[in-house]
Amino acid sequence: MLDPVAELGRSGLKALAGLGRAHLLLLHILAGSAEVLWRPRLLLAQVFNVGVLSVLIVAVSGLFVGMVLALQGFYVLSQFGAEESLGVMVAASLVRELGPVVTALLVAGRAGSALTAEIGLMKATEQLAGLEMMAVDPVRRILTPRFYGGLISMPLLVALFSAVGVLGGYFVGVGLLGVDDGAFWSQMQSKVDFREDVVNGVIKGLVFGVVVTWIALFQGYDSTPTSAGVSRATTRAVVHAALAVLALDFVLTALMFGN
Amino acid sequence: MTAAAVGTGSAPVSVPMSVPASGACAADAAASECLVRIRGLRFSHGPRVIFDDVDLDIRRGSVTAVMGPSGTGKTTLLKLISGQLRPDAGTIEVDGEPVHALRQSALFKLRRRMGMLFQSGALLTDLSVFDNVAYPLREHLRLSPAMVRKLVLLKLEAVGLRGARDLMPNELSGGMARRVALARAIALDPMMILYDEPFTGQDPISMGVLVSLIRQLNDASRLTSIVVSHDVRETASIADYIYVISNGRVMAAGTPATIAAERSEWVRQFMDGLPDGPVHFHYPAPDLAADLLTRGVG
Repeated sequence: MLDPVAELGRSGLKALAGLGRAHLLLLHILAGSAEVLWRPRLLLAQVFNVGVLSVLIVAVSGLFVGMVLALQGFYVLSQFGAEESLGVMVAASLVRELGPVVTALLVAGRAGSALTAEIGLMKATEQLAGLEMMAVDPVRRILTPRFYGGLISMPLLVALFSAVGVLGGYFVGVGLLGVDDGAFWSQMQSKVDFREDVVNGVIKGLVFGVVVTWIALFQGYDSTPTSAGVSRATTRAVVHAALAVLALDFVLTALMFGN
Repeated sequence: MTAAAVGTGSAPVSVPMSVPASGACAADAAASECLVRIRGLRFSHGPRVIFDDVDLDIRRGSVTAVMGPSGTGKTTLLKLISGQLRPDAGTIEVDGEPVHALRQSALFKLRRRMGMLFQSGALLTDLSVFDNVAYPLREHLRLSPAMVRKLVLLKLEAVGLRGARDLMPNELSGGMARRVALARAIALDPMMILYDEPFTGQDPISMGVLVSLIRQLNDASRLTSIVVSHDVRETASIADYIYVISNGRVMAAGTPATIAAERSEWVRQFMDGLPDGPVHFHYPAPDLAADLLTRGVG
């Protein structure tokens, strides 16, 4: 009778300890922020790794999501004779929700898992311990630039996803389904607010960038230094990041658009 | 002589305790003669006691070997000396500084005077051989690129790999990777180098190269070397002093000649590599016949 309760307690304590370690790591990363100013090359390399290398998957996904949105939106709007509002629907959906959320999920899967595996393998092959023995703080030198690389890249990727998605919606809506070109753009321009919609979407991207990169780095740094341990950590990084993004999206949406 | 439980981690047995711990530095030696002084070291990993009241000295300028069966805490000892782990009790002094009590900045300052050769080499895999050796120089010294180049080439020359400067770590053999790691470890001209199982998995030629390199570097650069290994013959051939540890205690200590003459059954089994003795071949188990006749699947 007591065993399941004790097991639950143990799991809870383990989770809390992990959360504590994750926050300590974040503080350590932030304490080393000056590192990226002193060594901008380290930061640029990580913006390339996390951001530039994710451009293709983000752009292609954005294009298809925008095209699908236009197809589905056209079907619903045409029921009410409101096809000309297709541009608003596609743009608002993308910049408010789909852009930040889908981009964060894609980055968690592509760059986040790569970060976890890289840090985990560096730990397993004693590279992090080697740095410590050379009197170099591995958190400041390895983790901090990667954290800021993710932080900077995510909002830019969100903007790219939304922009390409709008183009995808335009090609399908105007090119294939015959929606009026002028109505598509003018309604979008009048109804989609820059501060309310676009900026809030980018803020979501910034928050997701922090969370996805933090989780990926922590899972790698905290992983068991074996092949199975790194594998488990990589899976955990993607799952935890995806859940955190979806949960945070609800909270942010409620705060930003919930009146 | 007291009885102590001893084992390799697989077969605990009872044998006589050989030696009280310290001995590398003379009992009346000045503190400056000892580079490392460990007193009353206790360290546990979960419920498992790794070190139980260990005293140990490392004399300056010597090559000191720490030997013992796998899983006895030899690597842990190096991590304690270098401050990667903190002891549960006791003191660890390196060059007069209490490693166990240092803050990170002071510890990093001390580590600039230490080098460590990891079992895996621990080379940074995205940097070339040249950049790996240059890494500590670029991190800690404000030197011109031309000076860094000269120093790196000299360090690589010392380990015989100047010609491999442009190779990446994944293009090196295991022995070459360890020599590059050794060049990196001596890049800042440290006072001490810690070697973690330097001979494991090496072919005879690589092993011979590493054995002579460790001795030559120690003497030429006036280093102090601590070699953790269970390769008895190779390690004993270059060591000035040997500690044999097991089950959290120092089982024997002395010069290679002293250890070779040691009559303790346990030490003889370890040094001569005998398959059975005080450390049994079989892990404690119930009678074989009874075990085979028991119903069950596990």
